[in-house]
Amino acid sequence: MNKTRKLTAEEYELNFQELVQPYNKNSAVAEASRCLYCYDSPCTKACPTHIDIPTFIKKIASGNLLGSAKTILQKNWVPLTCAKACPVGILCEGSCVFNSLGEKPIEIGKLQRYAIDNYFEIGAPKLFDKKPKNGKSVGIIGSGPSGLACAAELSLLGYEAEIYEASKVPGGLNTWGIAPYKTRRVDSLKEVSMIQDLGVVIHLETNVGESVSIESLLQKHDALFIGVGLGESGRLKIPGEKLDSVIDAIKFIEEVKREEWSSVDVGNKVVVVGAGNTAIDAATAAKRLGANRVSIIYRRTENEMPANSYEYQLAKNDGIVFRFLTSPVEILGDGQVRSLKCIRMNLSDHDTLGLKRPVPIPDSEFEIEADMVILALGQKAKGDFLESITGLEIGDNTITVNPETFQTGNAKVFAGGDCINGGKEVVNAAHDGKNAAYGIDKYLSESK
Amino acid sequence: MVDLSVDCGGIKSPNPFWLASAPPSNSAYQNCKAFEAGWGGTVWKTIGPPVMNVCNRYGGMDYNNTKLVGLNNVELISDRPIENNLKEIAETKKLWPDRAVVVSLMVESKKEIWHDIVKRTIDTGADGIELNYGCPHGMSERGMGASVGQVPEYCKMITEWVTEVSTIPVLVKLTPNISDIRYPARAAKEAKASGIALINTINSIMGVDLDTLQIQPSVAGKSSHGGYAGPAVKPIALHLLSQVAIDPKVNLPISGIGGISNWKDALEFILLGASSVQVCTAVMHYGFRIVEDMIDGLTNWMESKGYSSLDEIRGKALSQIDDFGNFNLLHKTVARIEQSKCIHCNLCYIACEDGAHQSIEIKEVNGKNETHIKENECVGCRLCSLICPVDNCISMVRVDNEKESKTWNELNSEFDSEGKPLSWKNLAEFQKKHGIEIH
Repeated sequence: MNKTRKLTAEEYELNFQELVQPYNKNSAVAEASRCLYCYDSPCTKACPTHIDIPTFIKKIASGNLLGSAKTILQKNWVPLTCAKACPVGILCEGSCVFNSLGEKPIEIGKLQRYAIDNYFEIGAPKLFDKKPKNGKSVGIIGSGPSGLACAAELSLLGYEAEIYEASKVPGGLNTWGIAPYKTRRVDSLKEVSMIQDLGVVIHLETNVGESVSIESLLQKHDALFIGVGLGESGRLKIPGEKLDSVIDAIKFIEEVKREEWSSVDVGNKVVVVGAGNTAIDAATAAKRLGANRVSIIYRRTENEMPANSYEYQLAKNDGIVFRFLTSPVEILGDGQVRSLKCIRMNLSDHDTLGLKRPVPIPDSEFEIEADMVILALGQKAKGDFLESITGLEIGDNTITVNPETFQTGNAKVFAGGDCINGGKEVVNAAHDGKNAAYGIDKYLSESK
Repeated sequence: MVDLSVDCGGIKSPNPFWLASAPPSNSAYQNCKAFEAGWGGTVWKTIGPPVMNVCNRYGGMDYNNTKLVGLNNVELISDRPIENNLKEIAETKKLWPDRAVVVSLMVESKKEIWHDIVKRTIDTGADGIELNYGCPHGMSERGMGASVGQVPEYCKMITEWVTEVSTIPVLVKLTPNISDIRYPARAAKEAKASGIALINTINSIMGVDLDTLQIQPSVAGKSSHGGYAGPAVKPIALHLLSQVAIDPKVNLPISGIGGISNWKDALEFILLGASSVQVCTAVMHYGFRIVEDMIDGLTNWMESKGYSSLDEIRGKALSQIDDFGNFNLLHKTVARIEQSKCIHCNLCYIACEDGAHQSIEIKEVNGKNETHIKENECVGCRLCSLICPVDNCISMVRVDNEKESKTWNELNSEFDSEGKPLSWKNLAEFQKKHGIEIH
């Protein structure tokens, strides 16, 4: 099913070229010099991995680029992805003291990218000393940012770290899930490669529960870390969901991230259900692949929409149509999607989560023509093997952990990232993984 | 492995970064905090006779939205009693045996008083003494500080009083407010000082407030010259450092001071002869934490260049210093603009047109204004390349044959031996022979 016209190779490249252009030396030093070098800075506090931002920026200004990269990598193992994908407007840059002056905040994300790009360009030289091997090993399930961070940190602490990754290509959502105009696969793979150089082993195409059992991993390793992320989008539970061209947003973005633009199945009139950042990634990707009309439907309004304002602006710039207070009722078509029947909504009093309850307006159904429906409703937990781990508590879609040590209900098993927080940012996963390594180290040092 | 340790006139420290004698090195709390942050040494804020400091004692120079390219002060020596200072010095040295603790001294110009303070300083366990001959305000009026530093005979006399009783190294800190700094430096050498420290602060007035008409800084409507420091003074410090470093009549280790803000500045001082470097203004601006990047940046640079010790690079650039008379007059460069990088601000054009030699033209090319160097008129002064805001857009390109050389001294000798007077006509002949035309 290829309903939309194919673009030329140049058109694809233009649509998917990087939105944010990198600094050159002049512009990087100019911006780095503008930074005040605050003491006890708010940006460091706002960063979930607490990178010492003023220091890494000062080192760009002083010409100590290697030192700048080291300052960053000391706190965050996936800093290139973070530099390009973090919602900086609500994290570091959003807290920059310049905001209080009504001036442009320091472009922290771009500066971090400059330092890390340079680090990779000079061959990613060794920066950290490793503790001597202690003879213990940890199994890590998932090679996304939380698993990578955990493995890297454990490796420096003297552990053997082995990652089990179901996919053919490592990196998790860093590789498969971020809009191509923000990061490309090659960016994520640079970070993976750097972490492998620390001695971390990654087993690809190894699905825990299929290729290898969870019991065998529990036997083989002294501890486990679960960084499996979340699964597919929840289902709508309306008629017509099983029709062709009704697709999960994460799966759709995965397809796009193969970076073989012309072979991605995309409709001409695409409707995306949901209004989080993933919905926007899917919608903008569809538009840039050549879809004529792409709309997003959401049952509440702009004010309740989960996507942040930067992403919302991006989508509007791409010409995505937003229909708020609209909920899907039925997907129509025979074999193949033809249209999406929707009903208009009203917001009434607050529900249990503090959000205003959307209530359908009787007799207000209408149809939107569509040849593809993408579901971005928030992901559920995945991994049947999780249920077979004794003591593991899964509450409300996520694994329950000790917030300081990341230990689960099973003392040998730790977890971090999306599978414990319900789906946040790469930087949160990076924080979890790194700190879980210390939780694991504490646990293993104390036992026997 | 890079070893950053230094020995400055017998005073050893694990890295070259010392605090200068100033407010940051005023108390045990501060000096210990500095050592915790990684500083290799400190020069304790000058102790001496009773003084009182005033309010609004600093003035600042901002430039185009950058804060504090310069800072001046009318602050005096330590306003805490000598006993308190000596006690804290001893405590600090006990807690930090591997760091250099140097004590700056300034007392009345009487031999017994100097003898006494030197002995009491040695009793603290300090690693060295620095003699403050540079305070340009407040103390000089009392016959101390710069009033000593500006008179070589006084330098020699007082330094001798100190070196005759000191069992620890003695550094002499010089004032830049003098016509030839080599004389007090030589006086220090003759008086058997272990080393030189320079520069102290430069006489300055920061400005006038246009609303209040008050001179800055202002103490209840009155002002005076203050001591200028910070990034703006670095070029002056580098010159005076190199002057002393190449003087065969001095030949002493030098602690370099003056506008050092980062590792690159420190390297420049070391390449021009400094053994240790001292920092004040940058610490007052940002705190002791700046030493981390100074150490890290210096280490990374040394590793990248293959050096393992500062001994390998100390003074490496000094051999380039020579008289103007020995510069090659036939070395010719012209400016070249890399058009693909040009952003068409046209600043090079107006600088050359009004301020130099009218060798740049603006031409319209494909509907856009482009600036082009008129190479046969360019005198190779380099002004445009310094003004251009784009990295590597204007470069100076050497265009002589690189084989011939003639210095001014050689030219004059030739004229002499040929019986030719140094006239404009004869000079023009020489220039014409080498294709040099002055407009």
